[in-house]
Amino acid sequence: MAAPLCVEVEFGGGAELLFDGVKKHQVTLPEQEGPWDIRNLLVWIKKNLLKERPELFIQGESVRPGILVLINDADWELLGELDYQLQDQDSILFISTLHGG
Amino acid sequence: MPESKVGTAQCEYPKQPTSLPPMPAPTCSSCHAARAALRRPRSGQALCGSCFCTAFEAEVLHTVIAGCLLPPGAVVAVGASGGKDSTVLAHVLRELAPRLDITLHLVAVDEGIGGYRDAALEAVSSQAARWELPLTIVAYADLFGGWTMDAVARSTAGSGRSRSCCTFCGVLRRRALEEGARLVGATHIVTGHNADDMAETVLMNFLRGDAGRLARGGVLGSAGEGCALPRCRPLQFASQKEVVLYAHFRRLRYFSEECVYAPEAFRGHARDLLKRLEAARPSAVLDLVHSAERLALAPAARPPPPGTCTRCGALASHALCQACALLDGLNRGLPRLAIGKGRRMLQAEPPLPGNSSQATSDPAAPQGPCTCEQSRDGATLCKEGGDRAGATCVLQSDVSPSE
Repeated sequence: MAAPLCVEVEFGGGAELLFDGVKKHQVTLPEQEGPWDIRNLLVWIKKNLLKERPELFIQGESVRPGILVLINDADWELLGELDYQLQDQDSILFISTLHGG
Repeated sequence: MPESKVGTAQCEYPKQPTSLPPMPAPTCSSCHAARAALRRPRSGQALCGSCFCTAFEAEVLHTVIAGCLLPPGAVVAVGASGGKDSTVLAHVLRELAPRLDITLHLVAVDEGIGGYRDAALEAVSSQAARWELPLTIVAYADLFGGWTMDAVARSTAGSGRSRSCCTFCGVLRRRALEEGARLVGATHIVTGHNADDMAETVLMNFLRGDAGRLARGGVLGSAGEGCALPRCRPLQFASQKEVVLYAHFRRLRYFSEECVYAPEAFRGHARDLLKRLEAARPSAVLDLVHSAERLALAPAARPPPPGTCTRCGALASHALCQACALLDGLNRGLPRLAIGKGRRMLQAEPPLPGNSSQATSDPAAPQGPCTCEQSRDGATLCKEGGDRAGATCVLQSDVSPSE
């Protein structure tokens, strides 16, 4: 059982274009039966924040290859990726790398 | 301004305590003080943001020094688009410039793509001001008789299954960068191609049957035969992910929109394939680059040594360099003329004046022989050329790998 959580979800590198151009979102995740982890955060984002073309952000139950995920400024690979359990006041940043440079 | 968005799902369950401890991140294995922010893919080493940036810069320095890419005293023209790669490239070279004893000029190319390039150039201008580096902007419209990319796109629209305007842009942008570099008196040109870009190019060359370009276009850069300036890519062993992470930890601002024509470019297919391969085998990106470096051509496949363009004097594998051949095709209203068919028809003709975008395409244009790699006898059309809709055969490049 997870209590409501306040987290900051941020989008960069062009990913924000899928979210009305808004980069930072202060999010309150409601109480739910299981814990809040990145896996169900993505489901929540797809349902509540994503404005267009979900296939450009999400692939299966994870992010599309080429989108980096930083949790509190650390690569999610170090923290368990989809299994990382969210804490109150966490900051999750999604950076797209899929454009010319 | 932060936006507040509240979730709408509602559940009714009795509260129970959950206190799973947060997963601990390891400590940086370099400074042993800060929390690690990432793990280097090749060494598996966990580093904090600051130590990672230091390591990244040291690797770029090593790439430049080990390859003797930018000797002391070099005047370096940095191809600057405002995007993530050239932003990181310029920032790192600026840090390293005193140690390398080089001077930097930013050169930005204005292809004339409305709604895209103008915004990107604003980003470059503000970077130049922030870094206090000189900036020179060269425009297609000035260099190529009024042909902006938007005009090229209109001219090539509907002439094939996928738009070929990106093929033009690759060739013309290289020429434009060369011109800009000469304007500022540069001795070397650098571009921000990263390992992923290089791997995509390798795939594209394989997929187009362009063995000559594969064998010629890899490694550290072209030495600059004839009058062409030497070019190199200091970031070419840096993975795209690490380029983005470097920009993040150094708080670098860059322009991150996709070119309006990019969805139609062939490179997108190579990129998708590469991303899927990388998910299955992370080392595939660098392994592709290294494989291409080690390829040697069979004697029969080796291209003849390049000469010079009869019109502009640039390095060329045929009588006309690729840029002049493409521009000729555009000016005659036959944009596909220089892509795969009838190129020999162009070589004997005098140049047409300026921009004749009012010229209509001539579907009855004579079919000439295909001079690409797949048709070595010069008489048979390769299956990618000819007058089929969607013909995608592209000729040999002059010096460096093309789009």
